[in-house]
Order: sequence, then C-alpha cells, then structure tokens
Amino acid sequence: MNDSTALIARLKRIATTGLPSQRDGRAVEAWMTEGMAKAQLHEIFASVDDSASAAGFAVATTLAARAVPLLWLRTEASERQGGRLHANGLVEMGLDVSSLVLALVDDEASLLRTAADAARCQGLGTLVIESWGRAASIDLTATRRLMLAAETSGVTILSLRIDAAPVPSAAATRWQVTSCRSQPLDADAPGKPAFDIELLRRRGGQAGLRWRVEWNRDAYDFEQALPQPDTETGIDTAPLYGAGIPMVADRAAADDAPPSVRRTG
Amino acid sequence: MRPHLFVGRAEAPIAFVETVAGGVRLKSLDREALRAGLEPGLTLADARARVPGLETYQHDPHADHEWLERLADGCQRYTPSVALDAPDGLILDIAGCVHEFEGERRLAADLEERLARRGLLVRHAFGDTPDTARALARFAGAPAPDERRAVKRLPVAALGLDDDATAALSRAGLKTVGDVMARPLSVIAARFGEDAAMMIRRLDGSVKGPIVPRQTVARIGVERRFAEPIARTDYALEILSELATEAGIQLAERHEGGRRWEARLFRADGLVQRLRIETGQPTRDVAVLMQLFRERIDSLADPLDPGFGYDLIRLDIALAERLDATQLKLEGGQKGDGQDRDGQNRNVAQLVDQLGTRLGRARVRRFAARDSHIPEQAELMLPAADAAAVSARPAPWAAPESGEPPLRPIYLFDPPHPIESMMAEVPDGPPHRFRWRRTVHDVAHSEGPERIAGEWWRRQDIPTRDYYRVEDRRGRRFWIFRHGLYSEVETPRWYLHGVFA
Repeated sequence: MNDSTALIARLKRIATTGLPSQRDGRAVEAWMTEGMAKAQLHEIFASVDDSASAAGFAVATTLAARAVPLLWLRTEASERQGGRLHANGLVEMGLDVSSLVLALVDDEASLLRTAADAARCQGLGTLVIESWGRAASIDLTATRRLMLAAETSGVTILSLRIDAAPVPSAAATRWQVTSCRSQPLDADAPGKPAFDIELLRRRGGQAGLRWRVEWNRDAYDFEQALPQPDTETGIDTAPLYGAGIPMVADRAAADDAPPSVRRTG
Repeated sequence: MRPHLFVGRAEAPIAFVETVAGGVRLKSLDREALRAGLEPGLTLADARARVPGLETYQHDPHADHEWLERLADGCQRYTPSVALDAPDGLILDIAGCVHEFEGERRLAADLEERLARRGLLVRHAFGDTPDTARALARFAGAPAPDERRAVKRLPVAALGLDDDATAALSRAGLKTVGDVMARPLSVIAARFGEDAAMMIRRLDGSVKGPIVPRQTVARIGVERRFAEPIARTDYALEILSELATEAGIQLAERHEGGRRWEARLFRADGLVQRLRIETGQPTRDVAVLMQLFRERIDSLADPLDPGFGYDLIRLDIALAERLDATQLKLEGGQKGDGQDRDGQNRNVAQLVDQLGTRLGRARVRRFAARDSHIPEQAELMLPAADAAAVSARPAPWAAPESGEPPLRPIYLFDPPHPIESMMAEVPDGPPHRFRWRRTVHDVAHSEGPERIAGEWWRRQDIPTRDYYRVEDRRGRRFWIFRHGLYSEVETPRWYLHGVFA
C-alpha cells in the first residue's frame, strides 16, 4: 500500500513538472476532475471511428466543468456522415438536454462565422464546434480569434476535429481521443464509456501525457479505467496505473491492437 | 417573374402558348396580337403564318400568379386589404383610404400610372360591392349615368355562369344583366341553379360577397414616405431603426413586445422587398432588432438592391406578446443584463434569435421528449426560437438508472446503416463479427437483446427489433439490431443504429 502511494506521488510529480501553465495553474489531473480550463479554446482530435468517443468526451468534460448551457455547432455534412445527436443518449451521459442548443450550418465558412458570434455570447457555458475532415479554414488565425473571444466572454470552446491532422493553432490544449475497452459488467455486458486520451500539446506545459479514463455519470467525474486484457492475446494493454491518474509508461505498448481486417477471411 | 417581358419592348405582338394534345396552341394574347386578328386556341403554326413577327412565350400560370401576388403586395400602399381575383385581377377595398389621394379617381390614376410603368394595361372600375366592381371592370357595357344602371347594361356573361348557361340565357333573349334581373329570381334559380340567383343578388347589391384580403392587418405598423426615393441602403436602415423606435414606444404603451417583425421596403418601381425577423422572447430593444435585420440582409440570396430608390418604408409587428417594463437595478443598469441567471438566459435567447435569423429558424434546435418507444421517434427537434413550444412539453426524459452504463447511443443513424453479420453463433445472440463501413469489427462484449416491438396498433407487419449493445475488440461501442425475429422473417437483416461514446 505504501509503495503504491509513493509511486503515485512520484508519478504525479513527473506529470506536473515542466513549465507552469500560463493561464491555468492547476495540476494536470485537474483537467480530468474539473474539466477543461474555462474561457479557453481546446481542441479534441479523433479518427472517424472514434467520433462518438470524441463527442462523448466533449460532453463529459462539459459536465465535469459544469459549464452549461451548451451550444453544439455542426455542419449538415457531419450530420449525414456521423449520425445525428441523440437526445436520449446525451441524457444517459448525464446532460440535461434542456440546456443544449443544436445549430446546423451549411459549410465550414458558415461554421466559423457562427462560432465566432456564439463565442462572444456571455450566457453560454460551452461551445462545441464539430468539424469533419481537414477543415483548412480552422487555422491559426481562426483559432486565435476564437481564443480571444473565449477569453473575453468566458465561454469554454471545444473544437472537435474528426478525421483531421493537427495543424498549428492557438488552442490552450490539444487532445487525441480514442475509444478504449470498457470494464465489462455482469454477463459480459459493455461497461461505462471509457476513453484513451492523450494530451498532445499544452500551452506552456508538459504534453505527451496519456490517461485511460471512464466517465462516471453519477459522480459527474472521470475515473481511472482498469486495464482490460485483450482476450485474444492476453496482453495487458495498460501496463501501468495508479489510484489518481493512470498513466501509461510505454506508449507503444498501449497502442491499439492491429485492426483485425486480415482475419476476416 | 414576368415583368421583363413587358418593359421597354418593341411593338411586336406577343402570344403565350401552351402545348396541348395535338400541338402548340395560343393561350393568351396581347392587344397588338388581337388587333392582328389572332385569337386564343389557334395553333402556333397558323398564327405564325398570319403574323410572322409574333413573339411567343411559354404559358406559365404559376409565374403569372406569383407576379399577381407581387402586384397585390405593391398595392398595399393604397389599402391594407387587397384580394386576388385570379388569374388576372386585383380587388382593393379602398373604403376610407382615399383621403391621401383626394379622391378615388386620383388613386386609380396613380395606380394605373405605376402599373403602366411596368408595362401593364389596366382597366379599373369602382363598385359598391366587390362583385359589381369586378363585373364592371371585366365586362364593358354600354355607358350609363350611375352604377346600378351600368350593371344592368352589362352582358349576361358578367354573371360568371358556365358557357352553356350563358348561351341558354342569350337564346332565351336575355342579353343583358338587366334583362335577367327583370325576371323573378325563382324562375332563374329553377332553370340555372342557385349560383345564378346568388350572383344576381350580389350584382344588384342585396347580398354582399365577402373579399378575402391577402393578409390580415398587422397590429402595429409604422411607415415613412419619402418625397424623393432614397437610394442608399444605409439610410434606409437608419430609417428602419427610427421606425423600430416608434413601434417600440407604441408597444411599451400596451405593455407588449414584438415577436415577429416585418419590414417592407417599397421600391419606386413597384417592387417590394421584405425582411422578416422573429425573436424567441418579446422585445422592444431597437439595437437587438437592428442587429437581426442586418443578419437577415446578410443572409439574403440576392443582396438588397435599392434600384431607383425606396419611396416607402413600412415596419409591421405581426405578433406581439406581453412584456412588462424591466426594473432597474439599484446599482444602475438594467436588471438581468449581466451575470445572473436571467441575464444568461436572455443572452442565450438573443444568440438563438441571431443564429435563427441567419441560418433559418428550423436549424437552431432544442430537443423535446416524445412519448414513443421507437428510439428514432422518441425525440423531437423543435426550433429553439419557439421557447413556448419547447417548454410546453415538460421533459419526461427517462432518468438513467444510477450505476448503469449509457443504454442509448450518443449518435443515432437515421436511417440505420445495414451491416453484414458474419457470424451469428446462436439464433438469439448478436453476431460475433460484423462489417460496417468496410471495416470488420470483432465483438468482445455484448448485452441484449432489448426487444423493441413495432407499433402494432398502427400496422401489423412491422418486424420486431432486437437491440444489442456490443463492444468490439478495439473498444468501440455500437448499438446494433436484428430487424425481425426468426419466427417473423426468414433471414432477418442486421443494422447498426448508433454509436456509443
């Protein structure tokens, strides 16, 4: 027991070393327990297959920060491609849908313009901007504009970038979200939403950290995820974890198991 | 959209043609073409042989009707109650509206002049009832000293009966409306039906036919007329904000705020440009309104074009609701302008209005629950501006059970995506492997089935769906269902209905 507490303390120290954040002095794990820093722009990257996880992570961080009302901006194209937002599913994530407004826009230009207006609205808690594909217009200038608007109005902006590669931006943090094996319940049922999140970049702080977390709807909080051995290979894909922040020491080992395309026959 | 056909054209005769069985025939003609001896119903080939210089256009009743509606809108500068008399007439109720023109004849002259500028030939008539006015305008009778006698001298066709009845009347020696009126009504009704009798009573003024005006009168309207048309949009907007202030004062007197506003810019050449805005909360705030009007102008498909200038700008409030004066805070400033909850809500409501004006009302949405067990029908997306409609449905969202994982997906595909089930081990279990979007997913964990039956009280033959929550080896969670039980369908298909976080 003592050993593990010492280990956790050491890991926390490792995690929090580096330059202190310019705007956010909290410890790194605060991202998980208190949500994203308010009045900032954060980017969440995910592949097409993980789009639902990215959306779920955005909803969860909004709830963890208790930053509602929430305005969700999507393009018509992403509505077609990614499916429509399902209110019952959002309720099951813990969101009170009466505090959600969904706006559909035609294209990327309209998305950015609408986002710029919404970011200035002081009544909002969180603004989610969902874009699919490369979205070249969300560049350094656009993100800086959003960041400035967020700092003035106090709105937290989450930019969901599905199927996009990171480009230079003015965002406070940049995350990569992938779905991760949940802890199965009785009778082998899939468990709570589990995410594998990686902090790719953080302004004035240490990056490259990785957590495996589960979303606990009842506590409005992230919890550490227990490692799930791959049933096929028997290899534990999350080799290192602690009580506070489960961290992966060796990132290569935690990468996704290779897709099983070859086994289809 | 036909005005271009008539403005600034040479004097060549015009015909509108339509393709009917047996060839292209003339449908309607202008005055020149009639003078040249053509008549409707002639084939186009014959007409061309007689009048080589004939210009022809396709007959398009919808465009004609649309144009007539636009003319009717333009006529609202004379009176608020304008009715269409399709296909080619307008009825204006000018009772009490002539003082600005010092008499109905000047009003008619002004109207004819404006329409003549659009290349229209107009014939007008005044009448005590809409029906007499219509009959007098459409059918020329012999000159008469007063209205009653003018009606009596109209041909029987003015009764508007079908061709057979009209011919029968003529054959009976009744040539004018007066002749028919001289007969007992019961005889006419027995021979030609009740409609004929009713029409006679309408024409002699004993029964008044109603007119259905195109629009109901706005509750509050303010307008500004200009001696010289103004050609700058900026200035027009300034005027609009002055009008909004005036309307706001009128609203404040009634303790009301506007929800739907309509600004109309009447161009000197007769076109009307409309700007409609709608707010979620009743408001009298000029700054907010002007912002919404600017949004609306920005979102117009073709930009606001003053052309030769606007000579009348009008602002109407189509819908107003109760709005009491807001209290001032002790420390200054309006109550609810800042950080408190009211202020937040108001801020969001304003944003919703702003986005709704730009994107379209229906694309800024809130969710409302609906009483249905079919997943894709269990929710409604209502326009967020319709705050009343959303809050009128008290949210009976099923509260999630504590300790349970989410049982509904965060994204729902509508329609569901068909998937290829590659291995279904047991008849009532989920597939162990399936292909979706060209990727094969190996199912590691699953739960189900959650059986959702079709709405059997509507239709009998809707297959039952068996839903499974599955998680693949890479940690992606899906909601899949088998469409139909094995007892219902021979080879049920599998679908993916949503993805979980």
